[in-house]
Amino acid sequence: MEKFITHIQPPNRFSLGLKELWQYRELFYFFTWRDIKVKYKQTYLGILWALLQPLGMMVLFTLLFSKTWKIDTGTIAYPIFVLSGLILWNLFSSSVSHAGESMIQHANIIKKIYFPRLIVPGSAILVALFDFMMGLIIFFVFCFIYKQPMHWYSVFYFAAGILIILLAGFGAGTFLAALNVKYRDFRYTIPFLLQVLFFSSQVIYPLYSVQQTWLKYLLAINPVNAAIELFRATLSNQAIDTTTISIGLTSTVIIFAVGLYYFRKTEAYFADLA
Amino acid sequence: MKPAIEIRNLGKEYTLKSGQSYVALRDVITNSFRNIFTGSKSDQKFFALKDINLDVMPGERIGIVGHNGAGKSTLLKIISRITPPTTGEAIIRGRVGSLLEVGTGFHPELTGRENIYLNGSILGLKKTEINKQLEAIIDFSGVEKFIDTPLKHYSSGMQLRIAFSVAAHLEPEILLIDEVLAVGDMEFQKKCLGKMEEVSKSHGRTILFVSHNLAAVKQLCTKGFLLENGENKLYSDINSVLQTYSSSYLQKVNRTAIGSYDLGQHPNKIKLGSGLLSAKMYINNILSEEFIPGNDFKITAGYYLAAPLVDPEVGIVIKDENYNPVIGLNNKHLGKKLQLKVNEPGEVTILIPAFNIYMPGKYFVDLYLGDQVHYFECLYDAFTFTVLPHDVFNSGEELRPEWNKIFISNMDIS
Repeated sequence: MEKFITHIQPPNRFSLGLKELWQYRELFYFFTWRDIKVKYKQTYLGILWALLQPLGMMVLFTLLFSKTWKIDTGTIAYPIFVLSGLILWNLFSSSVSHAGESMIQHANIIKKIYFPRLIVPGSAILVALFDFMMGLIIFFVFCFIYKQPMHWYSVFYFAAGILIILLAGFGAGTFLAALNVKYRDFRYTIPFLLQVLFFSSQVIYPLYSVQQTWLKYLLAINPVNAAIELFRATLSNQAIDTTTISIGLTSTVIIFAVGLYYFRKTEAYFADLA
Repeated sequence: MKPAIEIRNLGKEYTLKSGQSYVALRDVITNSFRNIFTGSKSDQKFFALKDINLDVMPGERIGIVGHNGAGKSTLLKIISRITPPTTGEAIIRGRVGSLLEVGTGFHPELTGRENIYLNGSILGLKKTEINKQLEAIIDFSGVEKFIDTPLKHYSSGMQLRIAFSVAAHLEPEILLIDEVLAVGDMEFQKKCLGKMEEVSKSHGRTILFVSHNLAAVKQLCTKGFLLENGENKLYSDINSVLQTYSSSYLQKVNRTAIGSYDLGQHPNKIKLGSGLLSAKMYINNILSEEFIPGNDFKITAGYYLAAPLVDPEVGIVIKDENYNPVIGLNNKHLGKKLQLKVNEPGEVTILIPAFNIYMPGKYFVDLYLGDQVHYFECLYDAFTFTVLPHDVFNSGEELRPEWNKIFISNMDIS
C-alpha cells in the first residue's frame, strides 16, 4: 500500500511524467483501440475507406500533373512519387487535426477523471498511424506494379521519414490541443493552416524543382518536406538535399519540444477550462 | 497508523469570467487592446475552497455535505487530481478510484462488454482485473442478454446499470463518490449502495461520499464533513453533522413569515439586488407551508430586472426530502411567452390547481429565472413545504406512500 503515495500540490515544476504515462499504458491502448474500432465500425466500406482516399487523390494528381502539366520527377514514376507524398502528408494532417481536436472531444472525461492528459492526443496519433499503415500497403502494391527498384536499406529511410512526421505531428497536435482548450475559436484556423502546409510540402512537386534557393529553404522549414525527402531518397537517383533535411530536422525538434512543453505546462488547468 | 488522506491548508481559487463559459482568442486580443487605453481591469477572483484541513484514517467513510457551491465537488476534484489546488497540499496513501460520474467515456457504437473494458480502464482498472471481474460485473448489471449489442440500442436505464456495475466493482483503497446515485432507478441504487457498504465494511475501504441524498449519506458514512462557502464548519460524527446542516439550512432560506421567503441573500444569487428577490407560497390562496393533497398550489415570485430578457423562462423544480426531483415545470413547456417588467419590481405567478402530489414528507423547491443566454439564475432549495398524509379518497384508509407518489383524482375501475 505504501507504494501508492500521491502528493498533491499546486503545480510548480516541469516534468515529462514518463513514469506515469507508463503506468497508464493500458488506457493508451484502450483509447486507440476504441477509436480504430469505432471508425471502422461506423463506415460502411470499413478499411477500404482508408485506402480509397489516397488512391483517389493519386489518380487525380497523376492525370493532372503527369499527363496534362508535366512535372519532372526524374527516374521515379509519377504515381509512385505522388502516392509516397500523399500517404505521408495524410499521416501528418490527420495527426495534427485529430490530436488538435482531441482534448475538446474528451472534455467530458477530462472533467471527471484523472489520467495523464498526453494519452489523449497521443492515441489520436496512433489512430492516424494505423490509417497510414493501410496506405503504406497500397504504396508497396503500386511499387510492385510499377516495378519500382528498392534496396534493403530503404527501410531505414522510410522509418526516418515516418518518425519525423510523427514527431512533428505530435508537437503541432499537442500544441494546438492545448491552445484549443484555452481559446475555443482557435480551431477554425487549423484547416487553413493545414492547407498552407499542404501546398508548401513536396507532395505533388519535387522540392528540387523550386528555382529560387531562398524559397526552397523557406519551404524546408515545413518538416513534411524533410520527411518526404528521406522517404523518397532511395526510390530515385536524385541526390538527397542535406540542407533541406537539416532545416526540417531542426524545426521538427523545435515543434516537438514547444508543443510538448506548452501542453505539459497548461494541462493541469484543462479541467477548469474545458 | 498513518491517515489515508491528509489535507493541509488546502485552497482553490477560481477566476470569475463574466457571462462566458470559455475564452475566445479574439476577445483576448480585443480586450488587451481595450485595456491599454482604458486601464486594465482585473477579473474577479474567489476562493472555492479556503484553508481545508482533513485527516481521514483508513477504513473511515466520510460524508461531505454542504449547500450547492460550498466546495464539495471541488474538494473531490482536487483529491482525485482532476484539478490542482492553488494553496496547501494533500497526501493520499493508497490507490484512488474516483466516481465523479457514472458511465464516463461510454461509446454508443461499442458493445456492452467492450464498454465495460473501456470504462473500467478509464476508472483505473487493469485489464487483468477487468477480466477477473467481468462475469461479476455483467451479473450485477442484469443485462447479460444484451451484453454483445452496441450500447446505442440500450435504454438509458440499461446503460446506467452497466455503468454502476463497473463502478461498484472498483477495488481501490480510497473511493471518491460524487452524486453518482442521483440517477438510475431506486431499486438498483439501493443495490449499489449496499454493494459499496459491503465492500467498504469488509475490506476496510476509505470512502469520501458527496451527495444531496442525505438518507444515503447517513446510511453509508461514519463521519461527516460540513462545508460552508468553501470553509470547513464541522468535522464530526455523521448524525451531528447532518443536524447542524439541516438547522443551517433553515437559517439560510431566510423565511420572513410562514410561506414568505426573502431570496435577496440566497447563496446561489448571481447578482445582488436583481433577479429573483422573494417567493410566496399559497395553498388554497392562503400563505402556508403545509399541503394537503388535492388543493390548489400557488407560488408567486418577486423579481427585479435591470435589462430586458429575450424570451424569458421561469420555472420550478420540486424535490423530495432525498433531493430526488419530482416535478419540473416552466412557461416554455406551456409554449407561453412571458412579458417581464424592466426597471420596476414585478411578480410571476405559478399556479397548479388541484395539485395531486401525495407522498407525505418534506419537499424542497428550486426556482429559476433567465433566458439561458444572457442571464440565468437558479436558486436551489429556495423554499420548502410539507405534504401531510391524507385520506384523499375518503375511504377511511390512507394510501401507501411507497406506491403513491401522486394520486389520480378521477379514475374508474369496473
